[in-house]
Amino acid sequence: MNSDLWNQIFGFANYGELLVLVKNSIIAGALLGVVGGLIGPFVMTRDLAFAVHGISELSFAGASAALLFGANVIVGSIGGSMLAALLIGVLGARARERNSIIAVLMPFGLGLGILLLALYTGRSANKFGLLTGQIVSVDNPQLLVLVVISVVVIAGLVVVWRPLSFASVDADVARAKGLPVTAISIAFMILLGLATAVSIQIVGALLVLSLLVTPAAAAMRVTASPLLTPLLSVAFAVTSVVGGILLALGGGLPISPYVTTISFIIYIVCRVIGARRGAGGISGRVVPASPEAIAR
Amino acid sequence: MTTPPVLSLRGATLAFGDRQLWHNLNLEVRPGEFLAVLGPNGTGKTSLLKTILGQQKLTSGTIEFLGEPVTRGSRRIGYIPQQKLLEQGTPLRARDLVAFGVNGHRWGLPISSRAERRQVDEVLASVGASEYANMPVATLSGGEQQRVRVGQSIAGGPSLLLCDEPLISLDLHHQRQVSELIDAKRKALNTAVVFVTHDVNPILGMVDRVLYLAGGRFRIGTPDEVLRSEVLSYMYDTPVEVIRSRGRIVVLGSPEGYGVHDHLEHHVEGAER
Repeated sequence: MNSDLWNQIFGFANYGELLVLVKNSIIAGALLGVVGGLIGPFVMTRDLAFAVHGISELSFAGASAALLFGANVIVGSIGGSMLAALLIGVLGARARERNSIIAVLMPFGLGLGILLLALYTGRSANKFGLLTGQIVSVDNPQLLVLVVISVVVIAGLVVVWRPLSFASVDADVARAKGLPVTAISIAFMILLGLATAVSIQIVGALLVLSLLVTPAAAAMRVTASPLLTPLLSVAFAVTSVVGGILLALGGGLPISPYVTTISFIIYIVCRVIGARRGAGGISGRVVPASPEAIAR
Repeated sequence: MTTPPVLSLRGATLAFGDRQLWHNLNLEVRPGEFLAVLGPNGTGKTSLLKTILGQQKLTSGTIEFLGEPVTRGSRRIGYIPQQKLLEQGTPLRARDLVAFGVNGHRWGLPISSRAERRQVDEVLASVGASEYANMPVATLSGGEQQRVRVGQSIAGGPSLLLCDEPLISLDLHHQRQVSELIDAKRKALNTAVVFVTHDVNPILGMVDRVLYLAGGRFRIGTPDEVLRSEVLSYMYDTPVEVIRSRGRIVVLGSPEGYGVHDHLEHHVEGAER
């Protein structure tokens, strides 16, 4: 009984053959790891973790609609998340307004998605997969779409990186310097919407945060360097997704518990490291602070 | 021949609905001049800064920066906001905040050239922040953060420095240090300073002119001309007494107690580390 359960969670029979089948999924997963890892630190500094959740529920509704009407699920997913991202971006400039808008949108999106899925009479694995993720072998055209969107998000982030960082941590000063802070913020919401839509294809709508937030949150526990943070965050996210897919392969269970568990463990480890090292982070004061040094 | 003004307002009026903050304000700020903007809350001190930054439209009149109508922000303007502590865990070191002042407007990845890095190092040294250059900004004390902000604001060699209550929530010791730093920088760079504050005392020795806003009225002049009992009594429309004692100015009887040093709670350096 116990070993049945174990084999269901971790099975490695015929592993080599399975691996070939999910090659596309692994490529897609690694790419999503890069996207999630890069965008995550901005999600954290812009305080948008809750927004990611809200966007993913509307994205789920869009994907469900696509499933019901026989359209492309990724396209439906993108439609839903774009709508949510723009609504949140335009209406919710201030954190408090934003949170209430998200709280209103999120249950609506989820409810709509459930309705659409209830009406859908096709394969039930498709339904469940949208919420909790799947390793259904990603076919080549699907992989192409994922790759294209991921590349768009990564390229977009690279272009706006510096002003986006400036506007994210220091909006008032950035605006005073003449940066188009509002436009940057809308552009970021579009990129976030795209990133959310593609992440849903692998980890599912409910668990997108484990890809877009947890790795960045873990990285920020151990470094304050603006260069090291995204690099670590990417490494953590890729490890979580690819590791999750590899572990999930033999068991026939959804992929997301594996991904979320790995990313959670990484977070715990980083927290412990960060706490042991103290608040100073990797790089501390050059000279221990003395009253004289401060008075200088 | 006089140098052209950095900032000039002509017949500038700002009103929200039928509440007029200031009317027919004429003001020219010259390079290197230190202007303090004083007055109680709600008299349009911060709105004046927003107007200069192009975020607030005048009801009537004109405002020009370097001879051109103001735009939405400018790279020639340095800005020091109220000290607000950054969220713990923000991936930003003191040197990164200063670097934004040098190249934060440029697109692309945040990779600085060697020259830019040297410039950031020089700025950090000039504001006495080298020792915590690599520390996360969020872990610095209030006084340290404001030093870094002064560095950021002057890093681009601005023509105008806007300060919005930059000393608030600092203790007296750090108020003096940060204001002296701002004063030294404006002299070294010939930068005009518009300094909004509710308490003139920490900057009294540096101020060239005062713009005093109160009760829908304004008065411009040297501190000695403006900070007098008759002038303020007229502006507040109630008897007000200005007392000078040991180099400090205390205003008694004003509706909002302007000038009485009202943050006595001392921000203990290093306590939050």
